[in-house]
Amino acid sequence: MNTTTVKAGEGSVARGVPMPDVRQDKQGDLAPQERLDIAMRNFVRDFGAVAATYLESCIHCGNCAEACQYYVQTGDPRYTPIWKIEPFKQAYKREMSPFAPIIRALGLKRRVTVEELEEWQELIFDSCTMCGRCTMICPMAIDIASLVGLARHGMHKAGLVPHELFAAAERGEREGSPLGATPKVFKERVDWISDEEEVEVHMDLPQADVLVTISSIEIQKYPQSIAALAKVLNHMGLSWTFRSQGYEATNFGLLSGNADWQRHMSMKLIDAAIACKASLVLLPECGHAYTAMRWQGATMYGKPLPFKVRHISEFLAEHIADGSIRVRKGLNKSVTFHDPCQVVRRGGAIEGPRIVLEALGAEIREMRENRGMNWCCGGGGGVISIHRADALRYKAFQIKMRQVEDTGAEMLVTSCSNCRLSFDDSQAHFHWDKTAHSLLEAVAENLDTPPARAAAGPDGARAP
Amino acid sequence: MDLLTFARGPALQWALVIFVVGTIWRLIGILLLPRKPDFNEPRSTHPWRGALGLIVRRTVPKREFAGPTAFGNTIGYVFHFGLAIVVFGFVPHILFIRSLTGLHWPGLPSGVIYVVGALTLAALVAALVRRLSHPVLRLLSNADDYLSWLVTAAPVLTGLMAAAHWGGPYPRLLAIHVLSVCVLLAWLPFGKLMHVFLVFVARGTTGALFARKGAST
Ligand code: SF4
Ligand code: SF4
Repeated sequence: MNTTTVKAGEGSVARGVPMPDVRQDKQGDLAPQERLDIAMRNFVRDFGAVAATYLESCIHCGNCAEACQYYVQTGDPRYTPIWKIEPFKQAYKREMSPFAPIIRALGLKRRVTVEELEEWQELIFDSCTMCGRCTMICPMAIDIASLVGLARHGMHKAGLVPHELFAAAERGEREGSPLGATPKVFKERVDWISDEEEVEVHMDLPQADVLVTISSIEIQKYPQSIAALAKVLNHMGLSWTFRSQGYEATNFGLLSGNADWQRHMSMKLIDAAIACKASLVLLPECGHAYTAMRWQGATMYGKPLPFKVRHISEFLAEHIADGSIRVRKGLNKSVTFHDPCQVVRRGGAIEGPRIVLEALGAEIREMRENRGMNWCCGGGGGVISIHRADALRYKAFQIKMRQVEDTGAEMLVTSCSNCRLSFDDSQAHFHWDKTAHSLLEAVAENLDTPPARAAAGPDGARAP
Repeated sequence: MDLLTFARGPALQWALVIFVVGTIWRLIGILLLPRKPDFNEPRSTHPWRGALGLIVRRTVPKREFAGPTAFGNTIGYVFHFGLAIVVFGFVPHILFIRSLTGLHWPGLPSGVIYVVGALTLAALVAALVRRLSHPVLRLLSNADDYLSWLVTAAPVLTGLMAAAHWGGPYPRLLAIHVLSVCVLLAWLPFGKLMHVFLVFVARGTTGALFARKGAST
C-alpha cells in the first residue's frame, strides 16, 4: 500500500511549494503605520464575545507552554501558546476592552509597532499548527488556536504572511488549487489512475447523491487515494461524482488567514454540491479541509448547508458498521493510529478510525497520548509549506517518533494526507523506518469481493 | 473618625461599590459583544451540558499534563483552597459577613485557620518566586500579575498579623487588614483577579462550543 509517485523528502517539490530563492515575507508596499492599522482592524473584524472572553481570561499561569510541541522541544518561552498572540492581545486591551478608555488615558498599554508584528510572524505562522492542544491544558480553557486564526486574518490583510503560505494561497485563489492541481491536471490524474487501477471514477455526472472531494496533496502526491475512494464508493453501489468545478478540499485561504479566499474555495464545493443535487459532501483525508467545510462551511454560506458533510473516516466507520462496506480482516498486525488534530481533537470525529481498524482485523496499540490528547505531527496549519520552519518542525516531530516507537506497533496509520506529507518528509529527514499509511487505502485494499455493482451510476444507486 | 471606623465604614462601602460596578461593567463589556449564529450542523445539541461539564472537569488537570505542571498546580491549589477556607471558615469573618448580609454558617477552630493562613501565605510566596524565576512566567508577567499578587497576599499577611497581635495595637492591625481587603475588592474587576468570575464564562464558552462539535475538552 501507499504507493507514492513522488518519493518522500524530495525536497520542496514533494511538499508542493518550491523553496523560494529570495524570501518575500511581506506583501504589498504599505507604509508601516498602514500595515499596523490594517492588521489590527482585520484582527477585530470577526471579533465577538467569544474572542473577547478568551483575551480577557488569561491568568498568565504559563501552563499552555507545556502542551505545545514547540515549547516542549525547545524550551524557548517565546513558543508559549498565549505569547504567540501577545501584540494582538495588547491591541485589544488598549483599543477594545471594557476598560480601554482608562487604559489609554493612563497609558497602561503602549501601542504595538509594525516591527513587533513582523517579529511575531514566525510565532503566528511558523510555530503554530493551530492543533489546539494548548486548550486542553489551559485552566481557563482558552481556545488559543482560534485566536491565532484571528491574528492570521490581521496578518494577511496587512501583507505579513510567510512567502510560501502566501504563494500557495494566492495560487489557490487564482488557479483553484494551491499546489497546481488545476481542473485539467486533476482530470488527467483521474484518467491515469482509473486506467492504472482499473477502477471507474465518476467525473462531472450531472446528478449524484454524493459529491466527493479531494485534497491537492492527494492529487499530486498520493493519487492512490482517488482510486481508493472510487473502489469503496463503487463497492457500495453509491451514486457519486467528482465535479471539475468543485473538487479541491484544501483551503489555503483558511490557513493563510484570508477569509475572502477561504469563502471562495468553500463556495466552489458548495456550488458543485448544489449543482449535482448531492445530499452528502464527502471530505477527503485532510484535516483542515474538515474544519473548513464541516465546521465553517455553513458560516461561509451564511445559512445551513443543504447537504451533510462528513470526513472519510466517519463515513467509512458508519458504513462498515451498517454493513454497506464489507471488509476482510486483512490487516493482521499491530497498528497505531495518528489522530489528525483538526479531525479528531478539534473536529470531534474521534472513534471512526478505531472502528475501521478493528474491522480490518488490526490489533490497535494506542499511543500514550491519543485521541484528543494526541501530539500534532508538526506540519499542520500550513507549517509544512514554510521552509524556514523545517528545523523547528523536525524538532517537534521527534515527539511523534517517540510516541510511535513506544507503541511497538508494526504499522502506522492516519487519516490526513497533510499529516502523511509531514510524516514522509520527516521520515526521510531522520532516515526513520516508519511510514504513515492511509486509513482509506487500507479499507480499499481489504474490500470484501465481489462488489455489488462495480460501477454503479446514478440509476438504481443506493442512498448514501 | 478613627482608622478602624473609616476602614469598616466608608472605605469598605466604596470598595464594594467599585467592585460591583466594575465587575458588571467588565462582564457586560465582554458578553454584549456580538455572537455569530452557527449554521453548521451540530454533532451534539446539548451545549449547556458541555459548558457545565467543562466548568467542573477543568478543575482537575489531565493525567497527561500532571508531570510538568505538578509544582505550579499544587501551589495554585494550596492558595486557592487556603483562601477559601480562611475567608469563609474563620469565625470573625463569618460574623462580619453576617452583619453585612445576614447569612451565616458554622466556623472552623481558630487554630486550624492560623495554620491554613500560614500555608496560604507560603504558597503565595512560592508562586511569586516561581513567577520571578520561571522563564515562561517571567516573559508573560506584567504589572497586573504583580499587583494582583500583592493585593491578594496583603490581606492574608495583615490578617495573620492581626490574629497574632503582632506589630502594633489590635485595632490598628485590624483596620489595616480591613483596608487591605478594600484594596483587593477595588482592584478585582480591573485585572486578572477577575478570573473568579471569568473562569465560568471562559470554560463555559469553550465547553459549549466544543460540545457542539463533539471536539475534545
Ligand atoms: S495550537 Fe498547537 S501549535 Fe499552536 S500554540 Fe497551541 S499547542 Fe502550540
Ligand atoms: S494556560 Fe491559559 S491561562 Fe495559563 S497562560 Fe496559557 S492561556 Fe493563559
